Amino acid sequence: MTATAAAGPLDQPVPARGQSQGALLWSRLRRKRAAMASLVVIAAIYMMGIFAPVLAPYSYSQQDLDRQWEGPTADHWLGTDTLGRDMLSRAMYSARTTVIVTLAVVLSGSLILGNALGLLAGYRGGRIDSVVMRAGDVFAGLPDIMLLILINAAFGERVSSLTRWVDTHTFVSGLTATGAASYITVFGALTLFSWVGTARLIRSQVLQLRERDFVLAARAIGATPRRVISRHLLPNVSNLIILSVSGGLGAIAGSEIVLTWFGVGVQPPAASFGAMIFEAGSVRMFQTHPHLLMVPAAFVTALLFSFALLGDGLNDAVRGR
Amino acid sequence: MASYIARRLAWLPLHLLLVTFFTFSIARFGPGDPVSVAAGQFRDPQVLERVRAERGLDGSLVEQYVRWVNRAVRGDFGQSFLQQGYSVGELIRGKILVSAQLGFISLLIVFGLGIPLGLLAARASGSWIDPLVISVLLFMQALPVLVVIPPLLWLFALRLDILPTGGWDGLVDIYWIRGVVAVPIPDPHLYLPLFVLSLPGFASIARLVRVTALEVLREDYVRTARAKGLSEYTVALKHVLPNSLLPIVTVIGFALTGILGGAFFTETLLGIPGIGRFTFEAVRSRDYDVILALTVIVSAAFVLVNLVAEIAYAFIDPRVRLGAESTT
Repeated sequence: MTATAAAGPLDQPVPARGQSQGALLWSRLRRKRAAMASLVVIAAIYMMGIFAPVLAPYSYSQQDLDRQWEGPTADHWLGTDTLGRDMLSRAMYSARTTVIVTLAVVLSGSLILGNALGLLAGYRGGRIDSVVMRAGDVFAGLPDIMLLILINAAFGERVSSLTRWVDTHTFVSGLTATGAASYITVFGALTLFSWVGTARLIRSQVLQLRERDFVLAARAIGATPRRVISRHLLPNVSNLIILSVSGGLGAIAGSEIVLTWFGVGVQPPAASFGAMIFEAGSVRMFQTHPHLLMVPAAFVTALLFSFALLGDGLNDAVRGR
Repeated sequence: MASYIARRLAWLPLHLLLVTFFTFSIARFGPGDPVSVAAGQFRDPQVLERVRAERGLDGSLVEQYVRWVNRAVRGDFGQSFLQQGYSVGELIRGKILVSAQLGFISLLIVFGLGIPLGLLAARASGSWIDPLVISVLLFMQALPVLVVIPPLLWLFALRLDILPTGGWDGLVDIYWIRGVVAVPIPDPHLYLPLFVLSLPGFASIARLVRVTALEVLREDYVRTARAKGLSEYTVALKHVLPNSLLPIVTVIGFALTGILGGAFFTETLLGIPGIGRFTFEAVRSRDYDVILALTVIVSAAFVLVNLVAEIAYAFIDPRVRLGAESTT
């Protein structure tokens, strides 16, 4: 999987002396046009979300009930929705929601939880391994959409009362008004399910790595498990981590959209592609005002498709193709 | 092998206990006391207490759970709150039948079309079609069901008016030619849900077959077969195909869960009275006993399908030893 797996076609960049794994991966990825194009699309949508407060021509919640369901005009480039809100601004703030949720969940679920558990289970083996993997089985076997909805429904109200408590009892104020509660709930629920894939992937790789000579050598000279894991195993699974993160981003973005569509995710008036798709709703609405669905659909499909293309390209690059 | 299967089956009850306890606690945590829903307009505390006891909802969480398990192992999954007077078992049975029919046909489509397309794509590898095919397949996988259905319905049901807007009317429809000759055709209600349910699975199977076929094509035995002068057709059918199918067995479980997940939205948006729509309604109205029964069914199905897939894999590929820690 590492330097030894570079037996791809001859025109592939092979590891140069002293070249890091990341640099090698990047040089391989840069040759894949589809992957690079998708990277540009993803970056554009993420930038749009991050800079939404600067870029958006209107507020995401500003209503104009005299101008409902308008198609694209000079004032409103992507038209207006059922409440006369600017669709472009809604889409930008929806992208912001996607950015917040995906980054937060990937960071905690895949990068921290999934990695730590995968490394631990693979390296330590035995009972720890069994417990972690069985827990993963349980989560993988649960009907996830249903559970996610239940969790959000059950804890949404609790979390918002918690933010109200924080507002009144601590020096922090205005937390409730930001609508942070629903973001926290969505984040928690998705994190619970997002570690399994990463942990399994990392573990299976570590199971191979720990039998290799360099790990044995490190242990022979008295390296602590902590050092073996952080200095010898972690660098060797870094490519897999990138792979599972890119795979996870699309799934997490999709889950947030589904949860909000169901009504238990990000709460109105906060913008989310899920809310936009829900409001565009029925076939009748699509017949009369197709842009209500087409705008969020275009962004969501572009984003998910780009994640898929990027993941495919990364997969090839990691495996030396 | 028998001991491995036995060990895995022995794990199933524990797995189900963990899964249901998790769901149970979350369900009981939620707002909207099911008892006040069940009691309707009666707000008499005594009545509420009685209903609570009747439904096994009094006492601590653990007490309630133990009681629920006691009833569940005897096949009694309680009563639906939404449709009063019906047991959960009665309600689920008919709906499972509908979803199973849909799911089974989608699986056939997924594998029936995905495998040949994957082989074709592998043959096109290296040409300009190859990246195009991969991109189209990835696009199919990335399309969210939620945004696909309204335009499809609009086009086929409203604009062209050739398909119904939704619903369920069995599998087979009789088409009369001049009122004399009866020709059985697939019911028109099936086309849209089958299309939407099969699309992502079909694309992922095709991609998987393509990748494995590409690896198989590089194997020595394929070169030997060609060197012997066998026709390309024989090589593809006798040597490449069987060996490319190996990994497919392991993903049947995932294909099935994918279809189950898709059914949740497809059945809801297209008004099909199956498990997916039932789940949607149960979650929406917090029909706890139904939710728990559905969790048991889905989790058990997932574990069993994966076990069957593993056993099948060991049968097909003698190199695989069940129970040995896989390091690949």
